[in-house]
Amino acid sequence: MSAPEENGQGAGEPGGHGPAAERTGVAGQVAKGPGADPPDADPPGADPPGAEPPGAGRLGAGPPGASTAGPDPAGMDRAAGPGVPRRSPVVVIGGGPAGMAAARAAARLGVRVLLVDSGAALGGQYHRQNSLAGRDRFALPPGVEHLPHSVVWALEPVPGGGHRVHLRTGPADGPGRTGRSVETRALVLATGAYDRALPFPGWDLPGVFTAGAAQALAKGQGVRVGERVLLAGTGPFLLPVAASLTAVGAEVAGVLEAGEPVTAWLHRPADAAAGWRKFGELAGYAALLARRRIPYRRRTAVVAAHGADRVEAVTTARLDAGWRIVPGSERRTPVDAVCVGFGFVPQLETALAAGCALDGGFVAVDAAQATSVPGVFAAGELTGVGGAAPAAAEGEVAGTAAARLLGARAAPPAAALRRARAGRRFAAALARAYPVRDGWRTWLREDTLVCRCEEVAYGELHRSVQERDALGVRAVKLVSRAGLGQCQGRVCGPNVACLTGVPDAAAFARRPIASPVRLGELAEPPEADPEARPQ
Amino acid sequence: MAYDVVVVGAGVIGAACAEALTAAGLSVAVLDRGAPASGTTAAGEGNVLVSDKAPGPELALAQHSRRRWPHLLAELRDLLGPRRAEAEWDAKGGLVVATTPAAAGALADFAAAQRTAGVRAEPVAPAEAGALEPHLTPAVTAAVHYPQDGQLQPVLATTALLAAVRARGGRVRSGVTALGVTTGAAGAVTGVRTDRGTVPCRAVVNACGPWAGRFAASAGAPVAVLPRRGMVLVTAALPAGTVRHKVYDADYVGAVAGGTADLQTSTVVEATRSGTVLVGSSRERVGFDETVRVAVLRELARKAAGLFPVLAGVPVIRTYGGFRPYVPDHLPVIGEDPRRPGLWHATGHEGAGIGLAAGTGQLLADLFTGRTPETDAKPFRVDRPGVMRKAAADEAA
Repeated sequence: MSAPEENGQGAGEPGGHGPAAERTGVAGQVAKGPGADPPDADPPGADPPGAEPPGAGRLGAGPPGASTAGPDPAGMDRAAGPGVPRRSPVVVIGGGPAGMAAARAAARLGVRVLLVDSGAALGGQYHRQNSLAGRDRFALPPGVEHLPHSVVWALEPVPGGGHRVHLRTGPADGPGRTGRSVETRALVLATGAYDRALPFPGWDLPGVFTAGAAQALAKGQGVRVGERVLLAGTGPFLLPVAASLTAVGAEVAGVLEAGEPVTAWLHRPADAAAGWRKFGELAGYAALLARRRIPYRRRTAVVAAHGADRVEAVTTARLDAGWRIVPGSERRTPVDAVCVGFGFVPQLETALAAGCALDGGFVAVDAAQATSVPGVFAAGELTGVGGAAPAAAEGEVAGTAAARLLGARAAPPAAALRRARAGRRFAAALARAYPVRDGWRTWLREDTLVCRCEEVAYGELHRSVQERDALGVRAVKLVSRAGLGQCQGRVCGPNVACLTGVPDAAAFARRPIASPVRLGELAEPPEADPEARPQ
Repeated sequence: MAYDVVVVGAGVIGAACAEALTAAGLSVAVLDRGAPASGTTAAGEGNVLVSDKAPGPELALAQHSRRRWPHLLAELRDLLGPRRAEAEWDAKGGLVVATTPAAAGALADFAAAQRTAGVRAEPVAPAEAGALEPHLTPAVTAAVHYPQDGQLQPVLATTALLAAVRARGGRVRSGVTALGVTTGAAGAVTGVRTDRGTVPCRAVVNACGPWAGRFAASAGAPVAVLPRRGMVLVTAALPAGTVRHKVYDADYVGAVAGGTADLQTSTVVEATRSGTVLVGSSRERVGFDETVRVAVLRELARKAAGLFPVLAGVPVIRTYGGFRPYVPDHLPVIGEDPRRPGLWHATGHEGAGIGLAAGTGQLLADLFTGRTPETDAKPFRVDRPGVMRKAAADEAA
């Protein structure tokens, strides 16, 4: 979880700028970080019935293209050069459930691990630790060096095999960050995902949050984003957010689900089977909603927010199957905060910098969590959003595979492989059950900001793209300025792609500078890396 | 119906050629395998420079182009209206500074030679440079102000040129890959073969930028155009006036003229209308490799912070790179290919394509219609030494 924390705006920043955070609204929080808090609703381990045991031999197979097993496949040597030495550590990027599990698995096999995380404490968004609690809930085995407050700002291949990871460590806004670069032959990417926010009139008002940001504030600092809060979006991950808000004393005025998930699940019995346990979890949340008399409405959304200086009320509306507003169904509801979450956007910077192939917008991996790039593994929400337990299982598989790549002897982690496989099925089923429908585009008005950093309104975006006949992602950005601002399209990228018909939404995620870095930091001579080979 | 001309490549050069050809009354189609203005053009800084060129044919074309751009943009405004013709033209002027005694002497000589060629190159006393650029390093040993240097936003300029082509009845087709040409009697071009069928035409303009060598080869007339990679850093938006001119280090000139594969960087620092500051630029011969090299970014940053110490604390929010089309003798190739009647080239502008586009379009259209060009076209001809390569078939024979 690297980049967006760098922007240093918004809620949940350690040190707590509660009210200031509110002023930044949605973009602030999204730009702030991998906001979402995928499910508190995770199955505690066992696999759904029907999950097939994975081919045990596959784990050892290594990355595609280097399938000759063995810890040091010749396939890695893409170009002239000695490559990164075998004694390099496993480098894990991201300290959430997937990253922690990867670090533990690799360290247990006797391989040195460097765990890089942007947070002050381990846990990531899912296990966000209360910064006031004062004691770290997570312990890592010896052999893991944990580098908190650290962002990866660039990743580059090393000729001959392996990667060089460029880091800055220290508070994002502070001048004293230190630089370091680390080389590795076994890189585990566990950078997670953040919630997707859809624009609607008034979404830029203070008091509009992403669900993940609201969750982070509640869990991380015990702060409630409002007294009377409405949750809107799609997907089951809104429910645990409702629970967290309730726990910090907010009145949850309702949970609005834009889709028709029950119907969607029933149409695919196999998906329902994959998620049956999740349904059990969700039933717990449904009971909580019922106890608290919190309405849960399907095919309903917040389509506008109103207020002078901050949210005072919202307009909700019924949606048709394509998410267009059902005429006459609009209702005004007084609230002082809205939390939205329309699925998740994986944090792809490092994966794209490494050249990993994508599948459906997420990083493509094989059964051993190997990406298309030799020596690079991905785990957790980079590969699909299914919740913390499957992410941890993927992390264990990835960490084991990374350690084996460096020569460790280990049997394939059969249980983790099973859970990871089931998790992937569940994530795919979730993605099918909770699609974002194009009708949201009709909620926008001419003056609704689409890109908040550069203040590009929908009408302006539409006009400039039409008049200039802009098609590719670069041209769309450069004629409209959408996606060129501080957040570099992290918030608006998928929405701009959808609104302008850019076919390759992931192109918005290509950010060779994965996290802002001061020009002076760039200008410093590279820190001598104890791991670096002589140049 | 056959087009008079099919232009392959919808970057700034192709767009400028198509604009000039339609202005001359010809029927034109522009094809691009991807989206218009999305390749080299989108990776450009928008330089319209006379300051970086020594007296010679390229400077002559640059001066021609510099004269032409404001008129061309005015014509686009008349045709399309101010909004659709907006290209963020800014005649901001350039400031070239030397920071060592040796560079000071070289810069003075260079500027003196440029003045004889009609370039306004006004020496600025080192102590006065700060009046032009308040945040400039005090370590200036010499400075020259070039009031003729300008800037525009390359994608806006290109899309405006293409809008003019369409307004005159021309056609712009995206996502169409040109695969070669069809030929008739005496090997003359009769059409462009594409992945969507053949487009009949009397002539084709190869404006494929760094990929021009490939298209030329597929048309049976290879030319020596190669990619040279460049990277630019972009900062967060800064207050207006932080950087006022195009400011660059005097060693820029040496890098442009050089041809080694090694990394070359020279500092070019300039603000854009949105407030971001662009820091360029590097030159590497690495083929079409898109991998970002951190060492290149570090070098750019180091030199920029040297010129403008205030930039050290500013966040860099993105970097982008592109491939510049270069020819071993560092001159563009503009004209008809004697080996393939009807095949024209307009490429090889290296890092100066945005600036040279207006003049190139006019030059090509003049040659095409038999008018006498404003600038001598001979130095850019295709059959000069080192440009034409043997076709694969010839070599096999």
